[in-house]
Amino acid sequence: MIQLPCPWCGPRNVAEFRYAGEATARPDPRTAEPQQWRQYLYHRRNACGWVQENWYHSAGCRKYIRLERETLTNQTRPAGAAR
Amino acid sequence: MSAGNGAIGNGSSNGHPGNGHRPGNGSGPAGRSTRTTGYSAFSLLRHGLTKSAWPRAWREHDLQRSYDVVIVGGGIHGLATAYYLARNHGIHNVAVLDRAYLGGGGSGRNTAILRSNYLTPEGVRFYDRSLELYRHLAADLNFNVMFSRRGHLTLAHNDASLRTMRWRAEVNKLQGVDSEVIDPGQIAELVPYLDTSDTVRYPILGALYHPPGGIVRHDAVVWGYARAADRLGVHLHQQTEVTGIDVVDGQVRGVRTNRGDIATPIVVNCTAGWSTLVSDLAGVSMPVQTFPLQAAVTEPVRPFLDAVVVSGTLHVYVSQTDRGELVFGASVDPFTSYSMRGSLDFVEGLAAHVLELMPALSKMRLLRQWSGLCDMTPDYSPIMGTTPVEGFYVDVGWGTYGFKAGPVSGEAMAEAIATRATPEIIAAFGLDRFGRGDLVGEKGAAAVGH
Repeated sequence: MIQLPCPWCGPRNVAEFRYAGEATARPDPRTAEPQQWRQYLYHRRNACGWVQENWYHSAGCRKYIRLERETLTNQTRPAGAAR
Repeated sequence: MSAGNGAIGNGSSNGHPGNGHRPGNGSGPAGRSTRTTGYSAFSLLRHGLTKSAWPRAWREHDLQRSYDVVIVGGGIHGLATAYYLARNHGIHNVAVLDRAYLGGGGSGRNTAILRSNYLTPEGVRFYDRSLELYRHLAADLNFNVMFSRRGHLTLAHNDASLRTMRWRAEVNKLQGVDSEVIDPGQIAELVPYLDTSDTVRYPILGALYHPPGGIVRHDAVVWGYARAADRLGVHLHQQTEVTGIDVVDGQVRGVRTNRGDIATPIVVNCTAGWSTLVSDLAGVSMPVQTFPLQAAVTEPVRPFLDAVVVSGTLHVYVSQTDRGELVFGASVDPFTSYSMRGSLDFVEGLAAHVLELMPALSKMRLLRQWSGLCDMTPDYSPIMGTTPVEGFYVDVGWGTYGFKAGPVSGEAMAEAIATRATPEIIAAFGLDRFGRGDLVGEKGAAAVGH
């Protein structure tokens, strides 16, 4: 069991959150080709190490937050609010 | 992707079409002349009487400077690919590299359930071929893999899943796979101790019954393939970690390992869990996310559970091994990770779900729990075949369904490598489908609770 650093609620149990995936850059909707959208939809870096992620604090402040997690050890550290 | 050069062989040596693209002539240095001790009732008796030591099942070798094919990952997929390359296509100069020991990843961490009652015709055909290979595997490999066909039940707890099961049953029947929807009365006959009453939180409305499904001893499958591949001249290198893949002008030239460099025109990524990291070494991006999946096993009890019971709604599957242990599996953890530590959270949820199905198990004690890594793809189907880098093949993205597909994957990958053409049976699983947006709709049947 791990705790996630919510910028609004402090460190909270991971069970309160919903995983919203790796933080990736969204293509520009005005110029993006279908190929780029598919790349954005399907491909992930899936790195083994520190990764920037989005989480939704569904049983807490109900805000999307961004944090950093080490994907091998599941250590976490704050990275500021996502949006 | 060039689709197919006809149906795959029926397990016999289907030879080589001789299009001149075969990688090397493949003569294993140790050759095939080492068939000294086969396993049989007679050899068991002889060893029992003389108390002589059994020979090692496979040999150790020094790393050669070059191989025709280098396979990364010494699990069932890598070993089966090596075995069928040597047996069906005469390519013996093959190395299988594993950074730890053979069968230590997903091949030793799965719950060993075999079935072919999938949802898409592509999926059903593919997994049914695997089941067919599993049926004859013990004889093929001269190794008892303890395949036990005992029937597989997927329970439906609501109308939506019952509808999906009727759909699956029809797709299965059209492909010639034995599969039907049965009612709670029939389920109670097949599975004693299952609570089929309608007064529980998730009453059982019916089940998809798949008689050919069953379980197998997963370690034996790995060891059987390793031993058979070794006898055909394949080199198995344990504790050999790939640290780099040399790509020049979009073509594979070799791999670098912690034991030295190897020159090779063909590298096959047969890893699970680390498939993204190995593909990254060749500069190939993968639509894969790695999730842990946890499982647990109880103390052995007398045999009472014949069928494999799966509940998608309760995220749990149960089977009893030949030793009498109950094996429980679940769906993947709720977030990605490369960590293989188990969590108490999981055991609590699992116990609650198992008792919902079989209240009589409340006094059972868990022996151990463990975790394995699952490479999930967006469409719950594998990624097999060529990549934009010439000579770099992948057999990855096996999510929660890799073990049951081991034999057919090995057979198909060996054919893809030897003939340089994608076999029809894996044509739907190419990496390029994600760029085209042409995904496989297997989400409804790939595993529990997705």
